Amino acid sequence: MQTYRADLHIHTVLSPCGDLDMSPRYIVDLAKARNLDIIAITDHNSTLHGPLARRLATPLGIKVLFGAEVTTREEAHCVCLFDTEEQRQAFQAFIDDNLPNLPNNPDKFGYQVVVDENDEILQEVEPLLISALKSSVGDVQAKVHELNGLFIPAHVDRPRYSLISQLGFIPPDLRFDALEIFRNTDPSEFLALHSYLKNPTLIKNSDAHFPDQLGEPYTKYLLESPTFEEIAKALHRQDGREVLL
Amino acid sequence: MKVSEIVKSLNLKVFSGESGLSNEIDGGYVSDLLSDVMGHADAGNVWVTLQNHKNVMAIASLKELAAIILVKGIEPEADTIEQSNQEGIPVLGTNLETYEIVGKLYQMLNT
Repeated sequence: MQTYRADLHIHTVLSPCGDLDMSPRYIVDLAKARNLDIIAITDHNSTLHGPLARRLATPLGIKVLFGAEVTTREEAHCVCLFDTEEQRQAFQAFIDDNLPNLPNNPDKFGYQVVVDENDEILQEVEPLLISALKSSVGDVQAKVHELNGLFIPAHVDRPRYSLISQLGFIPPDLRFDALEIFRNTDPSEFLALHSYLKNPTLIKNSDAHFPDQLGEPYTKYLLESPTFEEIAKALHRQDGREVLL
Repeated sequence: MKVSEIVKSLNLKVFSGESGLSNEIDGGYVSDLLSDVMGHADAGNVWVTLQNHKNVMAIASLKELAAIILVKGIEPEADTIEQSNQEGIPVLGTNLETYEIVGKLYQMLNT
C-alpha cells in the first residue's frame, strides 16, 4: 500500500468559465509537473474532454477518471466520476437528455470548446453548460450509482452552488460516496458543525479553472494501486484503503 | 389571517398538511436558497419558493412557518408531502409565477 496524490475536480477549456489555456494536454502536463498520480476531468455538465486527457496521461503514468460537475435542479454542484468509456457515454447521454437547450453566449459566459491533442478546436458546444439539469440531486445520485459511478457533492460548505447553500443542510439520507469540502475548511470543524452526518468521508480538490489552481489542494489516498476501484474502496474505508485528508 | 383564507382567495391548490390550514399567518418570505430561509424567515411566515425537495419541510418545521406556496405549477416530491402531513404545515400550489403570487399575497396581508 502507498499514498497517491489525487485531484478529482478539474475544469478544462470546455467549461465556459474554464481558462482558455486549460486544454487536456496542458492539464496533463501540469499534473505531471505537480506530482499528481490521479486526476479527474470534471467540466460543468459535460464529460467530453475525459478520453483525450486519459490518452495523453496514460504514457506519463497518470490515472485519469472520467466525470462531470453536474448542476442539479436545485443548482447544487455534484462531482460524478466514472472509469470506463461505456459508463462515460451512458452518463453523457443522461446529461444530454436533461440539460435545457439554452444556447451559450460566449461573450457573457465564455467559450465552450472541445480541442484535440494539439489544442486545435474540434467543436464548439452549443447548449449553455452551466444551466441546471432538470434532474434533482436524488435523481442524479441514483443515475450515477446505477452506472456504478461515484457521487461526490462539490464544495458543500461554499456559500453558493452547494448542497448546503441550496438546500440548507445536507439531506441525511442522500447516498453520497464522499463530500468535497472547500479548500480552507478544517475537516474536524466541518464534522462538528454537521454532526447530523454519520462519519462521512471528506475530500478536498482544486476545482481548478485556471492553470495555477490545479492540484491546490489535492488529497492523499492510501491505495494498493491508482485505480478507480481502489479510490472507491478508500472513500468507503474498505480493506485498509483510506483517505488521508 | 389563516392559511385557509389565502387558499380560498388566491385559489391555491392544497397538496398536503391539511391539519395546518388553520395556522395563523404572520407575514411572508420569498427565497429559493434554503440556507437563506433558514437564516432569515420568521415564525408564522408563509414561504413562497420553487424548491420542492423535502429539505423544504425540514426548514419550514425548524422555523415554524405557517405554510409553503410552490409556484409555476411545481408539485412537491413524495417525501415532501409525507413530512408536510406529519408536521401539519400545508404545502400549497399555484400556477402563477413568484412575482404575481407575491404581489397578490402582499396586498392581502398588508391591507
